Amino acid sequence: MSEPRRATPVEDLNLVKLSKIYGGLAAVDDLTLTIPGGSFFALLGPSGCGKTTTLRMVAGLENPTSGQMFVGAQEITDLKAYKRPVNTVFQSYALFPHLDIFENVAFGLRRRGVKDVTGPVERMLELVELTSMARRKPGQLSGGQQQRVAVARALINEPDVLLLDEPLGALDLKLRRQMQIELKRIQVEVGTTFVHVTHDQEEAMTMADTIAVMNQGRIEQLGAPTQIYENPATAFVANFLGQCNLVPGQITGGDGDNAVLSANGFNFSVPRSRIHAAGSSAILGVRPEKITMYWADEPLPAGHNRLEGTVTDVSFTGVSTQYLVKVPWGQELVVFEQNLSLEELSRRGEHVQIGWAPGHTFALDGAEDITAGMGSHVVGA
Amino acid sequence: MTIAAAVGPARRRARIAYLLLLPGVAWLAIFFIIPLISLFFTSLQVSTGSSGKYKAGFNWRNYVEALSEYWEFFLRALIYAGIATVLALVIAYPLAYFIALKAGRWRALMLVLVVAPFFASFLLRTYAWKTILADDAVITQTLNALHLLPDGRILNTSIAVIAGLTYNFLPFMILPLYAALDKIDPRLIEAGSDLYASPFTTFRKVTWPLSMPGVVAGTLLTFIPAAGDYINAELLGSTKDKMIGNAIQTNFIEFRDYPMASALSFILMASILIIVTVYIRRAGTEELV
Repeated sequence: MSEPRRATPVEDLNLVKLSKIYGGLAAVDDLTLTIPGGSFFALLGPSGCGKTTTLRMVAGLENPTSGQMFVGAQEITDLKAYKRPVNTVFQSYALFPHLDIFENVAFGLRRRGVKDVTGPVERMLELVELTSMARRKPGQLSGGQQQRVAVARALINEPDVLLLDEPLGALDLKLRRQMQIELKRIQVEVGTTFVHVTHDQEEAMTMADTIAVMNQGRIEQLGAPTQIYENPATAFVANFLGQCNLVPGQITGGDGDNAVLSANGFNFSVPRSRIHAAGSSAILGVRPEKITMYWADEPLPAGHNRLEGTVTDVSFTGVSTQYLVKVPWGQELVVFEQNLSLEELSRRGEHVQIGWAPGHTFALDGAEDITAGMGSHVVGA
Repeated sequence: MTIAAAVGPARRRARIAYLLLLPGVAWLAIFFIIPLISLFFTSLQVSTGSSGKYKAGFNWRNYVEALSEYWEFFLRALIYAGIATVLALVIAYPLAYFIALKAGRWRALMLVLVVAPFFASFLLRTYAWKTILADDAVITQTLNALHLLPDGRILNTSIAVIAGLTYNFLPFMILPLYAALDKIDPRLIEAGSDLYASPFTTFRKVTWPLSMPGVVAGTLLTFIPAAGDYINAELLGSTKDKMIGNAIQTNFIEFRDYPMASALSFILMASILIIVTVYIRRAGTEELV
């Protein structure tokens, strides 16, 4: 396809000390953030974390209490919404019900006085594969099709930044997976900066180049999906991006690249580059799928962190089996095992060993609340 | 379950539906269709020479006379009702918009205030306007001091009649407009501004077309009763401002010329029907939802 990759270079979006106060409460709290031009950026967090407010401020639908916003060198803080080089894909699509699909997509171009809208609209409908629907009204389309119209209606204006407000929230799981891939394809094709707001950690990790995890109006951690998933800096991030085993302890020493973290009388080695604790008080962290289960008499690979325990629960989920293993100090650790073994699954009450590579271990600051971010994420949604 | 057994309950349900329709149909038949037929035959009756006494016949001349004698009354009725409808729309739209989209917790109170005039009788409220628009009332005095009144007065002029019509039918305009505007998703207005439409353009391209069902309903509910009204012209207008409703009333009550009054009623009904049909057709092409 020749078009519609944009001709002009994509500008960065810069938010500087942006705050929004509602009735004394900061919905967005002194947020400073650079979103590189052309990236697929996700603002991820539970509802009420300030991600939608941030998006609406960038769109111009909400005025910041303080702070500044820039697209490239141009300040947009006080620019009216209809003058910003920014377009939005609304949560419920907000398609104009009285206009057909063609006119919905042409709306922005017509407002800017573009004479011949037919060519661009047709190319845009082709991009979202809705050419045959041009003369239908939005009410006659399925949720997924309406979603694509909403994307086309925003993208046709070649905005510097495309804002997506929980764009897939109204779709069922299967369609959502399909649209995630579709949106990613469109983003790569047009090269515009996408800022995607979502509470779904899987969606954010599937689509985004960079994720900013937001909590209580602030950014908890920012980075590539693998980076924030594998090496979370806070308990909130560790728990919000999937499940995590956290055990409070102390950093007691170490050698070279690895430190030793003692918890409940056991020693674990943690790479120094994965320690986020300020002092010696620290929380050991390891994700369930990094842990391998061994029979009680099986030898473990050298240098691996090791524990003994008793299986207290087994749940088979198809691709994997989730075990709860009660370790000597009484805590139940979560272990995911891929169903590769031809042998029988471990049973409840069975005595096992668990182990994992030090490189998969991380350490959080001891002052963190190990339950932060739990229950606020959507498992498998 | 056999087929016969399955059909049984379905039949019974259909019968219940018809039974439920019965009171409405009976009401329409007794109080609308039968009087309408009766009115039609009355409009064709032949004079017997003595006042108030007519015999059955097919005197189509009644219609010719009705039109030639009273065409000005028809015209005035349609013009006054038309102006009152436009004025009511201009007054009601911003009010309905405010109540639907901006009033917040005051919305319920404001709706009550819109409906409140209905607690006083139509006649009484129109009498009140006699006082409000009287020659020595503040409004008239003020406008006269500014030399804004061509006749030097408001009462007993067409202005008073139109003002009365506008006032009396205003709630019928506000309520359907409110209902239509209240249904509009505020995100559509945000989407308008997101897509480079200024507030005015957003109104013109999004809010207004989406409120069309309310505009159509409101204008019909205002125009139709206003065109047939006679109380406003009777109480607030002079003899030169009489509308077709006054002509029907005079013919019926004073002249006891029932065929003429019936013919006038039929012509009024027919003309309103034509105007409304044309209007709905035109409004209907405006990409209604």
